[in-house]
Amino acid sequence: MTDVIVPKVAGGAYAPVHEEHGPTGLMKWITTTDHKVIGMSYMITAVALFYIAGLLALGIRVQLTTPHGTFISFQQYNELFTMHGSIMMYLFAGPFAFGGLANYIVPLQVGAPDMAFPRLNALSYWLYLGGSIMMLMGFGVAGGSADFGWVAYAPLSTSTYTPGLGEDLWIMALVLTGFSAIFTGVNLVATIFYLRAPGMTMFRMPIFTWNMLVTGILILIAFPVLTAALVMLFCDRHFGTKIYSVTGCHTTAGIVDVHACGSAVLWQNLFWFFGHPEVYILALPFFGIATEIFPVFSRKPVFGYKGMVFATMSIAALSTGVWAHHMFTTGTVLLPFFSLMSLLIAVPTGIKFFNWIGTMWRGQLVYTTPMLMSIGFLFAFLMGGVTGVMLASPPIDFFVHTTYFVVAHFHQVLFGTAVFAGFAGFYYWYPKMFGRMLNDRLGRVHFVLLFVGFWVTFIPQYVLGLHGMPRRVASYPTGLGWQSWNIASTIGAFMIAFSFVVLLVNVWVSWRYPVPAGDNPWDAHTLEWFTTSPPPHHNYTHLPQIRSERPTWDYNHPDAPTIRHGRSQGPPNGHGPYTGGDGGPPGHGNGSAGVARGVPAT
Amino acid sequence: MAVAGGLLLAGCNLPTFGETKPITSQGQDSIKLWQGFFIAGAVVFLFVFCLIAWASIRYRRRSHAIPRQTQYHTILEIFYTVIPIVGVLILFGFTFVTENNVDALPAPKVSVTVTAFQWGWRFHYAKQDVTVIGIELQDPEMVLPQGETVRISLRSHDVVHGFYVPAFDFSRYAQPGITNRFTLNLHTLGTYRGQCTQYCGLFHSLMRFRVRVVTPAQFATWLRTHRSGGTTSRASLTASAGGAVR
Repeated sequence: MTDVIVPKVAGGAYAPVHEEHGPTGLMKWITTTDHKVIGMSYMITAVALFYIAGLLALGIRVQLTTPHGTFISFQQYNELFTMHGSIMMYLFAGPFAFGGLANYIVPLQVGAPDMAFPRLNALSYWLYLGGSIMMLMGFGVAGGSADFGWVAYAPLSTSTYTPGLGEDLWIMALVLTGFSAIFTGVNLVATIFYLRAPGMTMFRMPIFTWNMLVTGILILIAFPVLTAALVMLFCDRHFGTKIYSVTGCHTTAGIVDVHACGSAVLWQNLFWFFGHPEVYILALPFFGIATEIFPVFSRKPVFGYKGMVFATMSIAALSTGVWAHHMFTTGTVLLPFFSLMSLLIAVPTGIKFFNWIGTMWRGQLVYTTPMLMSIGFLFAFLMGGVTGVMLASPPIDFFVHTTYFVVAHFHQVLFGTAVFAGFAGFYYWYPKMFGRMLNDRLGRVHFVLLFVGFWVTFIPQYVLGLHGMPRRVASYPTGLGWQSWNIASTIGAFMIAFSFVVLLVNVWVSWRYPVPAGDNPWDAHTLEWFTTSPPPHHNYTHLPQIRSERPTWDYNHPDAPTIRHGRSQGPPNGHGPYTGGDGGPPGHGNGSAGVARGVPAT
Repeated sequence: MAVAGGLLLAGCNLPTFGETKPITSQGQDSIKLWQGFFIAGAVVFLFVFCLIAWASIRYRRRSHAIPRQTQYHTILEIFYTVIPIVGVLILFGFTFVTENNVDALPAPKVSVTVTAFQWGWRFHYAKQDVTVIGIELQDPEMVLPQGETVRISLRSHDVVHGFYVPAFDFSRYAQPGITNRFTLNLHTLGTYRGQCTQYCGLFHSLMRFRVRVVTPAQFATWLRTHRSGGTTSRASLTASAGGAVR
């Protein structure tokens, strides 16, 4: 078996060792077009914003510990939940995943020297940073930040009802970050289609890269709709158009005559046509992270690799046809269609669950922090998924819509993905990015606090929702038994907050007392673990032969190749572990001639 | 799933699993569906939970041997694709039937036009020329007769609001330019809590109201005493003697 190949791109081969030129220090971070530096800038910014939005959430929780909370005013409360949601949804979860991790990892995983359009990549980051600062500036202007909720329903978001500057900053911030996301989407798709290393066929790409490809395509479908809708909203606010606005359209009887002016429900349709794919833009990268981590720490290949890819594609396809399940109670949408489409998403999601479990089945599970976080993700997302199926049924949605039941549901889904799986990825790739390990014991403390805090926060919110507590209220009636559940939820929120202090300590420890990571501390499978930690400029001086979706594993364990057939073997892994040594069981080789479709000659 | 379906059909005396007990026919239909979904959801949750827990504990590392590198099991994969599709279609069937019942619009005996505004409610009984208006902290009261078919026509004067009465197990948006209609058949006398659920600006938290269900005879009396408009919620407040708000 030949060991390595030197990668070639159009225009010639790399020099084996690429000396890093150009500025250093701060100037390096400002002027760089290196996807790794941009990716780290993204992640640092996104995590900083995550901490800010987390503090806003604590403000919300403190206010709700008493029925008539006086911690903050109604106005401040409305600003807090608007900015908490906006920052988490638009500025943390997405940018952390597709701007940060994907930017850093995808070129490495496909064996590319950089993203396809490095300068566009830099522009993406600066648009994102500018947009983020612009949104935060809302807190500094007279009238305060935006206060119409992260969904900005018209006509509340028109200038008649929210005339402030904070709202305008919010809109323009999202236009900027929207363009940033679109450019990143273009970059990801182009990189994955055009810059794969020799041998890296589509069906040998790691699942994380597959998911980022689908995410990139979803971004290109969804974000232009949001950007256009925001521009129209801005026109309504400032240039007198009547696209969503109903101001001045009242008949003499005092009701709104929709034929004379804008359509408020149009905003909801446009917003959710973006908003539901957005949920999967936020979820798919994190599914991808978990799908990288389970095989590595089970010491097995991904179970049902192709099923996983097709499940991701069907989730993406279905996600463009379910937006109106956010609008069941508007009375303006075709309920059965959107209900069926939403219920069907449970099928590919279920396939993913069984594939994750199948990956662990009969493996040798190593409980490092990334693995613990990923299992936390499974439990969280399981509960969020089951309650999501309930919400897909309109008659049930009718009575839990806009209550705390929905709040609990989407936090279990989004917290489960963006936080559990997101920080699983953080712990997993941190050694690759910085060449040093995070402390595993502190990581476990982080996980335990986070996991317990998570359930203590959100289970009470399900109960509150079923008891009829609406979301986005700064005060609630006494005598309904809601206060104790709210206090429990607040205690959970503080546990979560404390767990993230532990994370800061862990990062500090890794800088103060570095433990070198080496190239491949986890005995991982994919290409990025073949290069040094951190990788050199332009990523690789040489590459292994890519014959499966696990080139680094194949290189390190030539005697334990992937077994691609399971059909004739009864239950999965029916024969128990084998100890390797001589090329695997007869008749189950992995097709060393570079079989692209993964179906070997038996 | 099949068990849940059976229970759903039987509609036996299951708990409501935390949800408010319904006082309308429509709410009872919704709750039966909820019970079915809850049981189906609980079964799926427990099954997958046990699988994850079993895999996590049973297969933790015991040696440094490399486990068998199995990647596919086609029959198993087909199995866990087809079974959920069947389950989802069953859930959809029950959903479809229930939602047609809940959204049905039979000819009403009593019609009320509800107009939501920042931050209060106007309940207008057009035929009887009775109007109740109340803003935040006044909690206007909508009086409805027991046992008769009630049609609510819901709209908004300004932004999007949500009409939600937990005891109805039902909510609907009140929107500018759109009138939503739905039917209520009330079973149980009493006074019930209602609230705006769609965030609508500064005093959204306080945009509450009450629903008082009375006998048809009491309803007729109430209408007579409140005829010729202009009645504020203050008048209706005095009319609602006793009885805790549920």
